[in-house]
Amino acid sequence: MAVGSFPVEAGHVMMFARSVGDDNQIYYDADYAAATECGGVVAPPTFVQASAQFDPDYFLRPKVGEPWFGSGGSPTGVKREGSGGGGGGGGLHAEQRYVYHRHPKVGDLLTATTKPGKTWEKEGRRSGKLVFSETVTEYRDQNGELVVTATGVGVRTERPVDQG
Amino acid sequence: MALKAANLKVGDKHTERLVEDLKRTQIVQYAGASGDYNPVHTDELFTKEMAGYPTVFAHGMLTMGMTGRMLTNYVGDGRLTEYGVRFTSQVWPGDTLDSTATVAAIHDGLVDLEVSTVNQDGVEVLKGSAQARVD
Repeated sequence: MAVGSFPVEAGHVMMFARSVGDDNQIYYDADYAAATECGGVVAPPTFVQASAQFDPDYFLRPKVGEPWFGSGGSPTGVKREGSGGGGGGGGLHAEQRYVYHRHPKVGDLLTATTKPGKTWEKEGRRSGKLVFSETVTEYRDQNGELVVTATGVGVRTERPVDQG
Repeated sequence: MALKAANLKVGDKHTERLVEDLKRTQIVQYAGASGDYNPVHTDELFTKEMAGYPTVFAHGMLTMGMTGRMLTNYVGDGRLTEYGVRFTSQVWPGDTLDSTATVAAIHDGLVDLEVSTVNQDGVEVLKGSAQARVD
C-alpha cells in the first residue's frame, strides 16, 4: 500500500468517531478541542486505518467499472480460484500495533508507505494451517516527519474458523 | 484529564462497556468510515454462502477502535504513545463487550497498560497493551 495523500479531515474524523461509538467532543467540536492540551481536533487512536479510503488500489473497496466479489443476485459477483479460507477477501486481521510519534490532527496531510515484514506459519486448532504475514506502514506529515508507525499482521486460514 | 503518576499503582484497573448488543448497522458504519468494505462484515449472503460463517462479523479494527475509546477515556486525549493488540476471537452482531486496562508499570513519565476486551460469555476477543504519557 502506498497512499500519496491522506488528508485528515474534520468530517472524516467525526464519522470515524461515531462508528466506534465515541462521543468525546475532541473529535467533533473545534472550539472545545482548541481549549484542550491537544490544541485542536485530533484523530482517534486507530484512525489511520482509514487511510484505506485514500489508497487508489485498496482491494476491499468496490471500484467503478470493476467486478466486486460481494453478493448481488448471487452470493458473489466474482468467481475466484481458491478463496484462501476464512475471511472472504484477503484473510483475517490477526494483530495491529501503533506507535504514536504524535497524534494526527485535522489539517494534517499525511502520506503512507508500507513495507512487508516477517511471515510465519502455525497449525491452528480451529482453522487448519495459518499463514501470518506482517506489514509495516509509516505515516508521515506534510513536513516529512514520522507521525504514526503501524504494524499489521494478517492471517490466511486453511478453512473458516470453527465456531463453538 | 490526564493521569497523574503519583495517583497510580500497579494493578489499578479501568473498565468500560464498549457496546451492548452490537448492531449490524454499527458494523456498516465502521465499514463506511474506515473504508474496509470486505463483504464478510456487511454482506450476509456472501458471508454464509461464500465465506462459510453463520453471519457477518465485526472488523477486528472496530473492536480495537472501541477499545481505544476506553483507553483515551482513561489516559486522556493525545496521551497514548503505543497501542497494540491481538484479535483472539471473532466479534458477532449481538455481542456485548467490556474492556479493561490494568496498570502494569509506571516509569519515566509513562504508564504501561495491559488491555483486554471480553464478550458476554467471558471469552477474550482482544488482548493487548498500551503505553501513555502521565503527569
